[in-house]
Amino acid sequence: MSSLAILAILLVTAVVVYFVGRAKAQSAAAGATVKPHSRPPYHGAYLAIWTVLPALLLLAVWSAAEGPVLRELVHRDMPASVLERSDAERSLNLSVINSIAAGLQRLSPEQYQVVRRARYGFATTEEARDVLAQNGVVLGSAPEPYMLIAADDLVYNKWLSRVAVSILCLVVAVAGFFWAYRRIAPELRSRNIVEGVMRAGLFAASTVAVLTTIGIVLSVLFETLHFFSMVSPFDFFFGTVWDPRFSSAGNEAAGGQFGLLPLLWGTLFISLVALLVAVPVGLFAAIYMSEYAGAKIRATTKPVLEILAGIPTIVYGLFALVTFGPFLREMGSAIGLDISANSVLTAGIVMGVMIIPYVSSLSDDIISAVPRALREGSYGLGATQSETIKKVVLPAALPGIVGAVLLAASRAVGETMIVVLAAGIAANLTLNPFEPVTTITVKIVSQLTGDLEFNSPQTLVAFALGLTLFVITLILNIYALYIVRKYREQYE
Amino acid sequence: MTDIAASSLPVFATKAEISKRLRQRHAAERRFRAYGIAALLFGLIFLVVLFTSIIGKGWTAFLQTSVHVPIYFDPAEINPSGNPADRDELMRADYSKLARDALFKALNVGADDKKERRAAGALLSRGVDIQLRNAVLADPSLIGQTRAEWLLASDNVDAFLKGSIDRETPPDRRPLSDQQLTWIDQLAAKDMIAKRFNTGLFVNGASSDPETAGLGVALIGSAYMMLIVILLSVPLGVAAAVYLEEFAPKSKWSDIIEVNINNLAAVPSIVFGLLGLAIFIGFLGLPRSASLVGGLVLSLMTLPTIIIATRAAIKSVPPSIREAALGVGASKMQVITHHIVPLTVPGILTGMIIGLVRAIGETAPLLMIGMVAFVVDYPKTPLSPATALPVQIYMWATAAERGFIERTAGATIVLLLFLVVMNSAAVYLRQKFERKW
Repeated sequence: MSSLAILAILLVTAVVVYFVGRAKAQSAAAGATVKPHSRPPYHGAYLAIWTVLPALLLLAVWSAAEGPVLRELVHRDMPASVLERSDAERSLNLSVINSIAAGLQRLSPEQYQVVRRARYGFATTEEARDVLAQNGVVLGSAPEPYMLIAADDLVYNKWLSRVAVSILCLVVAVAGFFWAYRRIAPELRSRNIVEGVMRAGLFAASTVAVLTTIGIVLSVLFETLHFFSMVSPFDFFFGTVWDPRFSSAGNEAAGGQFGLLPLLWGTLFISLVALLVAVPVGLFAAIYMSEYAGAKIRATTKPVLEILAGIPTIVYGLFALVTFGPFLREMGSAIGLDISANSVLTAGIVMGVMIIPYVSSLSDDIISAVPRALREGSYGLGATQSETIKKVVLPAALPGIVGAVLLAASRAVGETMIVVLAAGIAANLTLNPFEPVTTITVKIVSQLTGDLEFNSPQTLVAFALGLTLFVITLILNIYALYIVRKYREQYE
Repeated sequence: MTDIAASSLPVFATKAEISKRLRQRHAAERRFRAYGIAALLFGLIFLVVLFTSIIGKGWTAFLQTSVHVPIYFDPAEINPSGNPADRDELMRADYSKLARDALFKALNVGADDKKERRAAGALLSRGVDIQLRNAVLADPSLIGQTRAEWLLASDNVDAFLKGSIDRETPPDRRPLSDQQLTWIDQLAAKDMIAKRFNTGLFVNGASSDPETAGLGVALIGSAYMMLIVILLSVPLGVAAAVYLEEFAPKSKWSDIIEVNINNLAAVPSIVFGLLGLAIFIGFLGLPRSASLVGGLVLSLMTLPTIIIATRAAIKSVPPSIREAALGVGASKMQVITHHIVPLTVPGILTGMIIGLVRAIGETAPLLMIGMVAFVVDYPKTPLSPATALPVQIYMWATAAERGFIERTAGATIVLLLFLVVMNSAAVYLRQKFERKW
């Protein structure tokens, strides 16, 4: 049975068992001399938990472990000569075995006999291939004998595993049911137990966020180390040439240069342009909204401005690609400048507009949090409103504003779709904002789309780039959050 | 001593100087104010330009040019065996020939002029084959009859009628020849060609011809992912928020979780894509391009949003409710499940919608897990290959044919419309259920 089917059965069982437990508790309470500790629904839940939860845990562990174990068993069927082959070839062989195994399950009994005979050498592998081809498994050449053995074993092991987990789940569920059913009595403190389980569940949910972070760090780090075993970290971090070449199966040694610097420069350059747009506009908008505008205007403009952050980035990318880029190019040629349609300027300005709300909304909150007394003191000395803002409010709000700008910068650095569509793909160390550059995120996308060859540096470099990106944004985020938090506490 | 005292005395300005400075200061004040208004206007104008540019480019995608010609469903061509139940035969027949013959008849194209026949045939989309096949498969009694059908025109004809191909450009630089333009005029004069509502945009799958490409697969993929995000991130997010607000002891551990959640909300989305690729596809062996993997990745991305929104909602529940419930003997868990969580439902709903809106428009992580795929058939389960709405926009945006630009903008309108509806729902919910304690 598939895990999903077992899961569904267990969930239905839980509902049924809940009512059984509740009924038993009710009847036990009716004849009891002591006052029951918990109400019947808790006994029902108690029984349901004991019946289903251990089986569910077993199912989860089993399902997670099944894949790697089956893979290991397939490896055991491979002759040593195959195991010595390169990673790329091995994964190719593995996928052939998998598709044969998938085909075996569709064969009619007679056809399966042909494959069995081929497996034990009583028929040729060509016959096996023909039989498989009739069922939609098209193989380039006749399968090597070990592939048939491995695929056949794989089907059997998979079947065995499913049968075993089904039976085990049943046994565990039945055992749990009877153990808990016998214990249902008026004295049983089932509410405490049920609530304890619920609390553990809540705790587990709260760790998902932490597990996600750990998952990100581990997965990216692991592949990055793999990458650094092929390309030296020095060449990666300090190389000035980005030229990864094409990856091709079985040819992972094919050299290429993986210099991070051009990509890093492109990322920073575009982010800089974006901040040059977003910081003045966002800051002035925030000042106007918090200091000048009436409550009514503020209540409408703030959400409208926040729409800018809610528009999917692909829409900005499209706008930059089909409208803004060509527009800039024509503007440039009108005044004699040679602006490429995919330029730093195009991507930077559009991205700058996208991050305006990150600057303006947070700055608005922070400026509004500056105590009135500071302003009134300044007015009392005869300062105009703008002088008060420039000399008193902004300096007081500065740390928070810096935090907001850093958060916006982290958005800009990690932004993908705008630059993928509007910034160009050629790695370029240039100071000219009218030329195209490329960024870290663009290269992650271009290295990871299309056919993947999981063990070539051309693919793995994406993880090294991802790690770099993660670290940069992590530092920006944590520092920004720290500033914003510390600053908020000051006036509260 | 006297020297120092004299120099530290304030120097009084004359009245003229004061009023001059005051004028300057007030001018500076007005300028400063104008900058603020300019900044706001910049943002708003950009918003308007963005929307008008997308809508202006895309609204025509909702119309598609079709040719209305009477078609003779020739049994000799479709069903030589004479048995309409033979679906294999009906599947294999050459329907585009029927369509072309009908068009030749309408345009009086001679039977032997091969060049002219090819040019006339090019007015029709390659998709008419499937269109007619589906019509016949749905109703085999058509065989042998003559019925007028709306047949998709090719993307060039469509572009011409929508005005993006100019009649005045020299023939060698436009994709339609003079002869073809004359034919189109003939058809138009006989009311045999028209722009009709483009249902194909919403139901078709991927296609290399713009006129038959549609969002069907992408819409289903996005729907699957939305469902997965709701099913996973809402319960997990609410549970996590309840734990952090109600149970978590003030300790290092809860501090770590706190910082973690805030940071996770700001991690670039593409990094989540790398996580999905390495863990869900590489380690757990889930299939690439599947909406299940996309849904899982988007759920992890949405989780912080829902946690933060739910925590804010829980914080706003007044302590009196909690204390009253505890006072009549409820356990802490009962307080939470009977009182706190029901009271925070509107807050959770708004958080959920905001998270969903972000998740549905997210493209980058889906590129990582292989949703950039040419998927023609509807995904039957969340494990089958699918695309998503924003990914489809990306794929069309990078396609070369002119017809795809219009499709791209059209798909963007669909996406934006969807987001507007979702956001309005969030605002409505917030206003309807918001409670001031």
